[in-house]
Amino acid sequence: MTSAALSAPAKRRLGARSSLRRNRRWALITSYVFLVIFAIFFLIPPYYMIVTAFKSDAEVAHMATNPWIIADGITLDQFRILLTQTDFLTFFKNTVIVTLCVVAITMVVSVLAAFSLGRMKFWGSSVLATGIFLTYLVPDTLLFIPLFQIVKAVGLLNSYWGMVLVYPTLTVPFCTWIMIGYFQSIPKELDEAALIDGASHMQMLTKIFIPVALPGIIAAMIFAFTVSWAAFVYPMAFLYSADQQVLTVGTVTSLIRADVYKWGMLMAGALLAAAPPLVIYAFLMDYYIAGLTAGATKG
Amino acid sequence: MAEVALRNVVKRFDEVEAVRSINLDIPDNEFVVLVGPSGCGKSTTLRMIAGLEEVTAGDIYIGGEIVNDLPPKDRDIAMVFQNYALYPHMTAFENMSFGLKLRRFPKDEIKRRVDNAARILDIAELLDRKPKALSGGQRQRVAMGRAIVRNPKVFLFDEPLSNLDAKLRVQMRTEIKRVHQMVKTTTVYVTHDQVEAMTLADRVVVMNGGAIEQIASPHDLYHNPKTRFVAGFIGSPAMNFIRCHMEQNGAGLRARISDKISLPVPASLTARYQPHSGKALILGLRPEHLTEPRRSDRDQNCEFDITLDVVEPMGMETMVYFTVDGQEICGRVDPGSAKGPGEVMRLHANMNHMHLIDPQTDAVL
Repeated sequence: MTSAALSAPAKRRLGARSSLRRNRRWALITSYVFLVIFAIFFLIPPYYMIVTAFKSDAEVAHMATNPWIIADGITLDQFRILLTQTDFLTFFKNTVIVTLCVVAITMVVSVLAAFSLGRMKFWGSSVLATGIFLTYLVPDTLLFIPLFQIVKAVGLLNSYWGMVLVYPTLTVPFCTWIMIGYFQSIPKELDEAALIDGASHMQMLTKIFIPVALPGIIAAMIFAFTVSWAAFVYPMAFLYSADQQVLTVGTVTSLIRADVYKWGMLMAGALLAAAPPLVIYAFLMDYYIAGLTAGATKG
Repeated sequence: MAEVALRNVVKRFDEVEAVRSINLDIPDNEFVVLVGPSGCGKSTTLRMIAGLEEVTAGDIYIGGEIVNDLPPKDRDIAMVFQNYALYPHMTAFENMSFGLKLRRFPKDEIKRRVDNAARILDIAELLDRKPKALSGGQRQRVAMGRAIVRNPKVFLFDEPLSNLDAKLRVQMRTEIKRVHQMVKTTTVYVTHDQVEAMTLADRVVVMNGGAIEQIASPHDLYHNPKTRFVAGFIGSPAMNFIRCHMEQNGAGLRARISDKISLPVPASLTARYQPHSGKALILGLRPEHLTEPRRSDRDQNCEFDITLDVVEPMGMETMVYFTVDGQEICGRVDPGSAKGPGEVMRLHANMNHMHLIDPQTDAVL
């Protein structure tokens, strides 16, 4: 046995290890490159929005200035005018009312629906569950025409309460679907233990399932919040007076007059409108991610 | 405290009969273990007693009362599950007190009971922890605590040790036995592990294919199995089943297992097996009764030479495997006397512990 015979496989092993490391480095570099491109691509519009919101009308209109920086100093004029001379605060208040009501209605309906469909096996429960999801697949751009008839029939045309009625048609199916999956991932021994401990179905839901499924419920809540905060088609179709309008449509319709775009105020309005979801996401992000990846791994 | 009785209990899932008309009487405070291979209906039986499965036919009595239509919470039972089924968002204390809280027990009574159970189970310092922060064994203790605090008529255990590693399983087994001695309560325990069954039970119920094969004390089950299934299921390694021909040998009998080997039936058993003379039967002999020739009073006629196929040293003893007439047979010999594979070894069959099985009915004769 010579030393050369010994070192050959050792060298090969060393080579394999270094190529593994090189492989990993390439994978990392590639991911960083694409992540940075992705981040830049998606952060440009918000950045543009923020920069423009703090510019004066004169600077926005001036063709010679660099649109990416604030050259003439930061001004809060856009916000002041937006909040004092337009209906922005009304839109904001309406949106908050609509969103809170929609989130509340959605959570009550879909938690109860998901619990019964996911845990209390009964005849037709799986067909019903699929049926609920199918209703989510019909786009709102198609649904608003028949819904118009319904909203008109119940006398809620041009009232933000009409939105409280129609938004759940978008939020309930999806939230129910998310939570059915979440409830089903909870081991059945847990409800059996609760049954033996003496819990009724309602107690089982409130004392065991809701706390255990909280990440899923928060994920569903964020979804319902986002949908109703950012909905555009329904308010566009069903609301037409300013005192009933919500943020999305209100900002656009009141700040674009014919071909005059009040860019500064539009951006200031967009910034204020985007703030609540941003704050909520920042606080609930961990829950949201936990909810979306539920069941991926055990425990 | 109560007795449990099952009368002609049947459970059918659609077309499949999971439990076939079983009868079982469990007196007050007895520890009964239902044991059998997976799918034998033992868990279903337990779940029917718990009220988690409906009974298709027959009656279940707890404390002399038919409970067929009572929901689980009104049966006054407590159950420990295989995967613990602890509420993940509650601390150990809250887990244990949940049932009492739902039954509106006063706060100080709840505290007294939980503390008492925690003392019995040695988990007093873990009461503030959530299940996530507990080890498997600790979780199972909390699950047992949840059962104990309720002070139920019947404890039900559904394979409670299957999720634990081997060492912890042995520890918890002793723990369960100790708890049962301290908290005397009628207990029904389901397991597929025959060692658990033998060590824990006052009486063992061996189930197979939805029916009860035999109900007996562990000792009885081991020494007097009623069927081939029980004989093969209880004991590890399993009993050897060897085809044999019962031959008349003067006044005595001999079990011929091959051209060369024929073992004499002890005089004490001759009368019992006499009617089966001349028949092809199955000789049941446990590995521990196939040893190297040991005692001075051994019967030379029961010795024979074989060639070893496989040798498994276990430390305390050595398992030897050999083939007779195409049938693999296992013996259990002293490590000092074991030979290597391929070598010839002399073995002694202790025929006083023999069983004879009718291959047609699988009944032990």
